[in-house]
Amino acid sequence: MRNKFLLLFIFCLILKPGISYSLVEIDITRGNLDPLPISVSPFFADEISKEKIKKNLNIDNLGIEISKVIENNLRKTGLFDTLDKESFLQKPDIAHLKPRFEDWALIKSQVLITGKVTSKIINKKDYIRIEFKLWDILGAKMVDGFSLTTVPTNWRRVGHKISDKVYERLTGESGYFDTRIIYVAEEGPKTQRVKKLAIMDQDGFNTKYLTLGNELVLTPRFNPTNQMVTYLSYFRNMPRVYLLNIETGKQEVVGDFPGMTFAPRFSPDGKKIIMSLAKDGNSEIWVRNLETNIQEKLTDHPSIDTSPSYSPDGKYVTFNSDRSGYQQIYVMRSDGSKVKRISFGKGIYGTPVWSPRGDLIAFTKLHKGKFFIGVMRTDGSGERLLTENFYQEAPSWSPNGRIIIFYRETKTDEKGQGFSAKLWSIDLTGYNERLVKTETDASDPSWSSLLGN
Amino acid sequence: MNLVKILKNAFLVVLFGLIITACATKKSVKTTTESSSTTKAAEAQKADPIEKLDALMQGDVYIGSDTVGELASGVPDRVFFATNETILTTASRETLRKQAAWLRQNSDVTVVVEGHADERGTREYNLALGERRANAAKDYLMTYGVSSDRIKVLSYGKERPVDSGSNPLSWSKNRRSVTVKAN
Repeated sequence: MRNKFLLLFIFCLILKPGISYSLVEIDITRGNLDPLPISVSPFFADEISKEKIKKNLNIDNLGIEISKVIENNLRKTGLFDTLDKESFLQKPDIAHLKPRFEDWALIKSQVLITGKVTSKIINKKDYIRIEFKLWDILGAKMVDGFSLTTVPTNWRRVGHKISDKVYERLTGESGYFDTRIIYVAEEGPKTQRVKKLAIMDQDGFNTKYLTLGNELVLTPRFNPTNQMVTYLSYFRNMPRVYLLNIETGKQEVVGDFPGMTFAPRFSPDGKKIIMSLAKDGNSEIWVRNLETNIQEKLTDHPSIDTSPSYSPDGKYVTFNSDRSGYQQIYVMRSDGSKVKRISFGKGIYGTPVWSPRGDLIAFTKLHKGKFFIGVMRTDGSGERLLTENFYQEAPSWSPNGRIIIFYRETKTDEKGQGFSAKLWSIDLTGYNERLVKTETDASDPSWSSLLGN
Repeated sequence: MNLVKILKNAFLVVLFGLIITACATKKSVKTTTESSSTTKAAEAQKADPIEKLDALMQGDVYIGSDTVGELASGVPDRVFFATNETILTTASRETLRKQAAWLRQNSDVTVVVEGHADERGTREYNLALGERRANAAKDYLMTYGVSSDRIKVLSYGKERPVDSGSNPLSWSKNRRSVTVKAN
């Protein structure tokens, strides 16, 4: 299937002497078969800083660790080939001051990242200052850089912010590394799964569990504007949509509905939650304004209407409905008017999710016993299937609209053994499918926006 | 030339005979199975997988007794559904009438009807489908005289399968609504 999208990779190396800020560029609109060779020099730290940081974080060489965070992020995009540190000829401190470009060109590196870590004391508290520079080897000049001062425990986030800067500079698109993923952590046999809300950094580190597993929880989704999460909880056997503040741990039921509420998602401005209400055998789509507490019914049809998702401008809602007989994807205005079916391909279509760029809708498709994750334009044209498997669903977009994360479940054997659920990600091009490592089995991923400062 | 022709014909005759015999054998086996439909379930245990499915599923609705519990003595606790369907089969209606009769006799009992879906659908749609199935059962119980305030519905979607298999028979057992005593 991927061959269909296999197009000539285009990798642009634009040399414009005189214009210092656009030397190396990557065209990431197509699959990239020849990733850009890049060197991440270990960040330099002087002995005094090293000792201080070791006391704070119990990490021997934070500079090396930060460079590993960056390297890992960039390599996983599939767009960069991170070169082996063993081949580096220049010492980190010297390279950071002024690289000997010939040395880096010799190992075929086209881009170099250098940096420096120093410990600082501000108001008797320990801080770290991290400086980074991005160098164009062929152009023989520095093209970007910044420095950040933060508490020592924030060091991984600094690595992510540097990765975002590099990605942005080299691809022309915003990054997605300083983000988190909320998901449902799963354990136990298939017939009695214990599920907890979990959150981790985008690269799988810093996993925290937000619920204890006493009640079933499903489908957590981030507020795109802050650190609030909405999800479905079976607390007291009353399946309802909840709102959770992940900073304070405070949670509350959303609205007062006379039946099961489920499939929640925030509006792009973060002020409303759109969801389904199931009552008397009929599921309709409702929206509740969290500021005014006004709730409103958007669909009115005896069929199942669920999985709503707003367009990024908030003017439209896509959802799935079986009003035509089987699950298909529909788009309507956000006031519920002008309902239009957009999926007409063979099979059953569900879980439409509007891309943050606005031009595409990601979906799950079931056809001939196989599950696909795909994308189509918002009028239903240009359907492209990215990946096929025994069971997978629930796509969620990276904040820059480049990557789709979803979950996949395995088929059990004749004895009913061998069940697992894992998170996977795939590039919009259909390339670079990757297992997203989690501490436990996992499902229902939702990607946060870029974190602020 | 003639000899070749004769041999050829003879061969065809023999071959034809073999085919007929094969067909006849097959047919007779099948008839035996069909004729003893009463002991189908028992036979299914030792029969080959396809016949086993035949005995345990009608269309793709489960008709076996594995996983079926009792709401009360002689009253099955669950009914099964076809893929993506919420229609009650004849057997399901019979089960629900038994449940309703028992509930009418035991008027202090309240129940929760739990609706379930198999794993071959998206999570959110399955939650809605489970709710629809539970309500199909609830409505039928109400038709047979059980008041609505004694029946709560609870959809689990695909979250609580009884059979962890990934095959049509397992899925058919999981597409169900189960009436559970709540007090």
